[in-house]
Amino acid sequence: MPSRTAGWLGVGALTLGFGFLYAPIVLLVLYSFNASRLVTVWAGFSTRWYGALFHDTAFGAAALTSLEVAAMAATLSLVLGTLAGFSMARFHRFPGRLVFGFALLAPLVVPEVILGLSLLLLFVACESWFGWPSRGMLTITVAHATFGACFVSVLVRAQLAGFDRALEEAALDLGARPWTVLTRITLPGISPALVSGWLLAFTLSLDDLVVASFVTGPSATTLPMAVFSSVRLGVSPEVNALATLFLCVVLLLVAFAGWLMARTERRRQI
Amino acid sequence: MISLGWTGRLVLIGVPFLWLTLFFLLPLLIVVKISLAESTIGIPPYTPLLVNHEGGVELHATTANFALIAGDDLYLRAYLGSLGNAAVATALCLLIGYPVAYTVARSQGARRHLLLFLVMLPFWTSFLIRVYAWIAILEPNGLLNQSLMALGLIAARLPLLNNQFSVELGLVYSYLPFMILPLYGSLSRLDRSLIEAAADLGARPLRAFLGVTLPLTLPGIVAGSLLVLIPAIGEFVIPDLLGGPDTQMIGKVLWDEFFNNRDWPVAAAVAVVLVMALAVPLLAAQRFLERGHAA
Amino acid sequence: MARLDILGISKHFGAVAAVEDVSLGVERGAFYALLGPSGCGKTTLLRMIAGFETPDSGRVVIDGVDVTGLPPYARPVNMMFQSYALFPHMDVAGNIAFGLRQERMDRRRIAARVEEMLALVQMAGYARRRPHELSGGQRQRVALARALAKTPKLLLLDEPLAALDRKLRAETRLELVGIQERVGTTFLVVTHDQEEALSMANCVAVMDRGRVVQTGAPSEIYERPASRFVADFVGEVNLFEGGLTAGFNCLSLTVAGFPEPFPLPSGTQLPEGAAVALIVRPEKLVLSHAPPAGLAIAATVSSVGYLGGGSMVQLTTDQGKALKAYLPGVAADGFGRGTPVWASWPTDAGVVLIQ
Repeated sequence: MPSRTAGWLGVGALTLGFGFLYAPIVLLVLYSFNASRLVTVWAGFSTRWYGALFHDTAFGAAALTSLEVAAMAATLSLVLGTLAGFSMARFHRFPGRLVFGFALLAPLVVPEVILGLSLLLLFVACESWFGWPSRGMLTITVAHATFGACFVSVLVRAQLAGFDRALEEAALDLGARPWTVLTRITLPGISPALVSGWLLAFTLSLDDLVVASFVTGPSATTLPMAVFSSVRLGVSPEVNALATLFLCVVLLLVAFAGWLMARTERRRQI
Repeated sequence: MISLGWTGRLVLIGVPFLWLTLFFLLPLLIVVKISLAESTIGIPPYTPLLVNHEGGVELHATTANFALIAGDDLYLRAYLGSLGNAAVATALCLLIGYPVAYTVARSQGARRHLLLFLVMLPFWTSFLIRVYAWIAILEPNGLLNQSLMALGLIAARLPLLNNQFSVELGLVYSYLPFMILPLYGSLSRLDRSLIEAAADLGARPLRAFLGVTLPLTLPGIVAGSLLVLIPAIGEFVIPDLLGGPDTQMIGKVLWDEFFNNRDWPVAAAVAVVLVMALAVPLLAAQRFLERGHAA
Repeated sequence: MARLDILGISKHFGAVAAVEDVSLGVERGAFYALLGPSGCGKTTLLRMIAGFETPDSGRVVIDGVDVTGLPPYARPVNMMFQSYALFPHMDVAGNIAFGLRQERMDRRRIAARVEEMLALVQMAGYARRRPHELSGGQRQRVALARALAKTPKLLLLDEPLAALDRKLRAETRLELVGIQERVGTTFLVVTHDQEEALSMANCVAVMDRGRVVQTGAPSEIYERPASRFVADFVGEVNLFEGGLTAGFNCLSLTVAGFPEPFPLPSGTQLPEGAAVALIVRPEKLVLSHAPPAGLAIAATVSSVGYLGGGSMVQLTTDQGKALKAYLPGVAADGFGRGTPVWASWPTDAGVVLIQ
C-alpha cells in the first residue's frame, strides 16, 4: 500500500479499535473517583468508594476465596498442562491421541454454560454415589484446573515446537541423565510458556463467573459471583473501585511477566 | 524424549488424559444421560437411569425433554438467535480486528510489543466488570445518550440498552481480542517479500492485498472466527446483563432452565442439542489448530 | 585417545537405507574425515557413534568395548554440534563445566579445568559471557572447549566449519589440527566440503548413498580415486570413456571420435576390450600452442576463469568434448577465448577406472 494512506488508515484503525476497547475501562477508573453514586453526575473527586470497598466484608471474603482458588487452580493447571503439552509435542503416535487432542482443545471453545453444567452434574452424581465431594472451593478449583490445563498445554506445546532439541542431545552427550536434561535444560528452556501459562490460568480462574456459579456450594462465593449479584441489584460504585484496583494489579503482574520473558528471549537469540 | 521408559510415558500421557476424561468427557456423557431423565423433587432432582425392579434392572429413559424443546418456539428462536448474534459478532470482530491486527503486525520492535500489550490488557482485566461498564454508557441516562444530547445530535434518548444492539456490542467487545490474536499471528508470519514481489509484478495495492495477503492469512481468519463463533453462541453474561426479553440467547435459556426453573433434565437436553449443533465447527476448529501444529 | 571400530552398521528409516553395511577402523589419535554429499548417511553414522540413533545391525566398538547398546551419556564420546547447541541460560564457564558437573567433580577442579579449556581455544577472559553475546566463531570455540572438557576418548565434529565464512574457515582449520595434535584425542569429522576433509584429516572415508566407497589418505583419495563418484566428488576431473586396446608397448584407450588412442599409465593390467574410464585432473593437463610430441588433442579455449592463484581454462575439443585445465599463476595469459590450443598430459598422470 502507498505508505501514506496505509499510515493514516492504520492510525485510524488503531484509534477506533483501542478507543472501543478502552472506553469502558477509562470510564471505570474515572468514576471510581466520583463522589456521586451515579454515573450521570460528576460530584467531585473522592476515594470514598475505595474505603467502602475495603470495609465490605462480603467482597473481601469473596476476593480471598477467588485468590486462593485461582492460585491452586493455576498451579494444578500448570502441572497438568505441561504434562499434556509434552505428550502432544513429543509423541506423535499413541492410542487415543485423537481423543486426547480433542479433549485438550474443546474446553477452549465450548461455551462455559456447558462446561459448568456438565461438571456440576458430575459432582452431583458423585455425591449421590459416594457421598463426596460437597461442592465448594474444591469443586471450583477442579473445574478451573480443567480448562486452565488446556490453555497451558497450548502454550507449552507451541514453545516446545520451537525448542532446539540439539540442546537436549548436547546435554545427554555431556553425560547428563534424562531427568537432569529435563530439569536443567528443557524446563528452563520453555520457562516463558510456564510463566505465562500459570498467569493465564490464574487470570482465567479469577475472572470466571459461569462455571464457578454452576459448581459452587453454599460456602464458597467467588469475587465474580459477588460482583454479579451486586451488579444485578443496581449500580454499584464499589465495583468501579474494584475494577481499578484489578487493573493496577494486572498491570504490575503482566509488566513483570513481560520483563521476565524479554530477558529470556534476549538470551535465546542465537 | 528419546529415553523415556514405558512407565514414564504412561505417567506423562496418562495423568492429563485421565484428568480430562474424568472432568471433561465423562461429564458430557452424564449430560446426555440426564437429558433422558425426568425432573423430580428431591436430591438429585432427576430420575435415575437404571431402576432396580424385582425382575432386574430396568432402563428408565425418556425423550420427553427433547420433545419439549422441539415443540416450544422459545428454544428454536433462542438457538437461531444465538447463531445469528454470534455470526454477526464474528463478522464485526473480523471487520474491526483485521485492520488493528494488520497495523500491529506492521509495526516494529518495541512499538509492536507495546501495541500487543495494549491489545491484551483488557483481556487480563475482569470481563464481568467491563461488560457492566457498558450499562453505564448505554443506559437511557448513560454517558452516550447524555453526550449525544449535549452535542445536540439527538432530541430524544436512544434505546441503546437491553436490545439487539447492546448484545451485539457486548459480544464484539468481549471477543475482539480472541479475533485479533490469531489474525496477528498469521499476519506477523507473513513473508513481506511476497507482497513486494506482487508489487514488482505490477499488482496494485488492493490487488496485492486481495490476491496475496488475504489468502495467506486465511488460517488466522478461520482460527479467529472459530474462537469467537463457538463460545459466543453459548454466551450467558452478555445477554443477561445487556440483553432484553426479545434477545434470548441459548446460554441464558440454559441458565434460566437450570437455576430458575430447576429443571435439570431440560437444561441437559438444551445442552445436548447445543453441543450437537456445535460439533461441526468444533471438529473443524480442532483440525485447523492441529494443522497449525503440523505446519 | 581411542581406537574406533565400526562393524557392519546398517540403519534404515522406513524403506530408505540411510547407512548400509558400513565397516571402518579409526586409528588411535587419528584425524579422520567422513566425506560425502548430503544424504549419503554420514550424519546418521555419526549420530550412531554418539548414541543418538540405534543401528539396526552391526556394532560400535571403542577401544575394544562394545558401546552399541549404551545411551549417549554412558559413552566416552563427546560431540561438537553443527549448530553448537550452547545452553542459552548458562554463561560460557557454565557451558564448559556442564559435563564436568555430571561427573561430580569437585568445584575447584572444575574451575581449573574450565580455565584450561578456555586457554586452549584462546577464549580466556570470556568465562562470564553469555552465548548470545558471542560471535559465530567464538561460539564454536566454546562448543569445542565444552566437548573436550571431559577428555573424551573420541571427539565427533558435525560439519564444524559450515557456519563460518571463508577466511575464518581457513584459520579454524589450522587451529583444529593444532588442537588435535596438542590434545591427542582421536577426532572424527563429518563434512560435505572436500577441501575441509583433505586439508584437515590424515585419513578420509568417502560415502555415497549409505555406503563407504573409498578410504585412504587424502592424497590417495585425490590422486587415485577408486570410482567415478569419488573422482567427480573430490575435485574437478576430465573423463574419457572407451575400450581398451593393445598399443605398441602399453595399453591404450580408444575413445569414440578421437583419431589416436590415449596411452594408459604403465602398470595398468586389464583384459583387452574391457570398458574403462580414464580420468585426468585439470592441473595435470598441459596446454601448448604448438602440437606436442606423443598425445596431442586439438581444442579451442571456450572460457577462462581467473581464480587469483591460477586460472581454470575451459576447452572444447574438435570433437566437441569439454575439458578443463588448471594453469597456475599467469600461465593462462597466452590462452584467451577462441585461441586454438593443443592439450596433452603425462601418461602416468591419468587414472584408470573400471566402468
